[in-house]
Amino acid sequence: MLDNNQLLRFTTAGSVDDGKSTLIGRLLYDSKSIFEDQLESIENTSKKKGHDGVDLALFTDGLRDEREQGITIDVAYRYFTTPKRKFIIADTPGHIQYTRNMVTGASTANVATILIDARHGVIEQTKRHAFIASLLQIPHVIVCINKMDLVDFSEDVFNNIVSQFEEIASKLLIKDVRFIPMSALLGDNVVNRSENMSWYQGAPMLHILETMHISSDINKVDGRFPVQTVLRPQSDDFRDYRGYAGRISSGIFRPGDDVTVMPSGFNSKIKSIDTLEGSLEEAFAPMSVSITLEDDIDISRGDMIVRSNNKPEASQDIEVMLCWLNNDAAKPRAKYSIRHTSNDQKAMIKEVIYKIDIETLDRVSGDDSLNMNDISKVKIRTTKPLMIDSYRENRTTGSLILVDDATNETVAAGMII
Amino acid sequence: MSKYYLNYLDELESEAIYVLREVWAQFENPVILFSGGKDSILVTHLAKKAFYPSKIPFPLMHVDTGHNFPETIKFRDDIIKDLGAKLIVGSVQESIDDGRVAEEKGKNATRNALQITTLLDAIESNKIDCAIGGGRRDEEKARAKERFFSHRDDFGQWDPKNQRPELWNIFNGKHFEGEHFRAFPISNWTEMDVWNYIKRENIAIPSLYYAHEREVVWRQDAWIPNSEFLVLEDHEEIVTKKIRFRTLGDITITGGIESDADTLEKIADEVSGMRQTERGNRSDDKRSESAMEDRKRQGYF
Repeated sequence: MLDNNQLLRFTTAGSVDDGKSTLIGRLLYDSKSIFEDQLESIENTSKKKGHDGVDLALFTDGLRDEREQGITIDVAYRYFTTPKRKFIIADTPGHIQYTRNMVTGASTANVATILIDARHGVIEQTKRHAFIASLLQIPHVIVCINKMDLVDFSEDVFNNIVSQFEEIASKLLIKDVRFIPMSALLGDNVVNRSENMSWYQGAPMLHILETMHISSDINKVDGRFPVQTVLRPQSDDFRDYRGYAGRISSGIFRPGDDVTVMPSGFNSKIKSIDTLEGSLEEAFAPMSVSITLEDDIDISRGDMIVRSNNKPEASQDIEVMLCWLNNDAAKPRAKYSIRHTSNDQKAMIKEVIYKIDIETLDRVSGDDSLNMNDISKVKIRTTKPLMIDSYRENRTTGSLILVDDATNETVAAGMII
Repeated sequence: MSKYYLNYLDELESEAIYVLREVWAQFENPVILFSGGKDSILVTHLAKKAFYPSKIPFPLMHVDTGHNFPETIKFRDDIIKDLGAKLIVGSVQESIDDGRVAEEKGKNATRNALQITTLLDAIESNKIDCAIGGGRRDEEKARAKERFFSHRDDFGQWDPKNQRPELWNIFNGKHFEGEHFRAFPISNWTEMDVWNYIKRENIAIPSLYYAHEREVVWRQDAWIPNSEFLVLEDHEEIVTKKIRFRTLGDITITGGIESDADTLEKIADEVSGMRQTERGNRSDDKRSESAMEDRKRQGYF
């Protein structure tokens, strides 16, 4: 593989019936990423279940309960590599009761693929999937209009669905969207170009995934470096070394840069950016490095080193879009632990401003309850300031989770407005 | 002009370093589970990078089945010396002697499942709150659903249907006393990524991974090495072959493949042309469709 081959993460949302598992199976099979013993095991299961031929969808079944019930419950990660890129698929269930799993899979994705059954066109579920892609600010969306073989590979059907989708997308924050007519079952326009749809001038799905521009998906403008831990070797060679270890969330840092440590507000300059291989002239997101400063300042986990001329907002009152992830509903005015980058504080949900009706995407006021899978706009108050950016600008410093101290479970995910 | 994006190996490395530093920051007493296999060697190499110029702040823990390749044990002791790290050994033989577990009987008996008890006992007696493993999601279907930070209850059990959601790169390692976590920094690596990275970084690995002459017997579609633990069936015959191992486990269950790959370049080339998964040569995974899931639920690696 070439040295500049990149990693692309994409999520697939869809339900049992729109052929999502078949699509993934087809991508893996046609790109020769399925091993013989895996194929053999699928062939045996297909025979046992009485299917004709090999059911590629079986390849994505994971846990025993899922295999028995024929559904995907949790997010499953799949991997494949082509000569151009490495891919990670977050395979998520599409049904409404699994909204939280879709949100989880979407949180790290560069690309969302949304499946539409060509016979049914845009349905409620499509709206929900598009909304989640927009809410989680997935930079690119690929709409796969599947099962074209069942509508005679009709260009009119395709064009009609494209305009239905564009109508929804116009109300959402989706910047880059592409449409592909395909038949995952027959392999048309997945890896190989379709011979049945010569009217389609675009590329097959894999070619788009291999070539789309993703280097700009990470913010390279706002320098943000949350400190994970402090390195103090106290060895003979590094007696006075004090390095701040972390992963750059966004932006580019260089030795000599004027930086500010938040929340304390102390100013300093970057002395060096270190790795095991040596010191660097510059470092950018998402690199993991160790930074040393010119001045001896008290810095610990939870602090953030930022460019002095471009700071995040330090705030205790935060408005977020909150997705509730837990079986137990939110308790009114209860306190939660909040984790934002490497910063751990306490927080209280002060107010539910509105809730999104996930079927119609309408805003509903006057309902304060937060139940599993609910997506709401809320006001949160924290005990100490968090150094925040809006999620739209910065997926790392704009995101947070809530943890219930009584159970230690992660109960909610928030995107800062 | 320089480029401002990472290639896939650099991105995987950066992610793993981030996970290792989160473990160090969130837990009191973490260890690296070290088997002497390439994945745990890789995790140890990444830990060196994560904490440089400090030393690796974790002890290495080895669950010793007593059925080892001698090469693995030597490699383990050399790496411990080189790092100046502490070694904790959990011994399956001791668990058997103490009556905690009973040896399996029959032709395909192994100590594979017995390791679970030894591992959980070692975690408890050393008050370990996070065990870092080299598990990868591409290895096996139950592992495809594993989190970076994976919760274990106070019986050491995994509940795959009730896992904590893991969003962005925010990890929640909060736990009650007696519970522990497993952390998997190389979750997103594939076998090919591991080999390409070992080649790029020129990481030392046990000689068993390179093609060499060895006495073996053909059993369950793989070349099983001759050892003091091997019991031959009537029809079986010991032969000498040039083989290498794709994964390393117990000497009793790890099957080799015929190969001439005696350099990292040749190994990486060979792996990229492989049509069988690496665990395909492991008889422990062939027992049933959900063999791995069942072991993982009980507390396996």
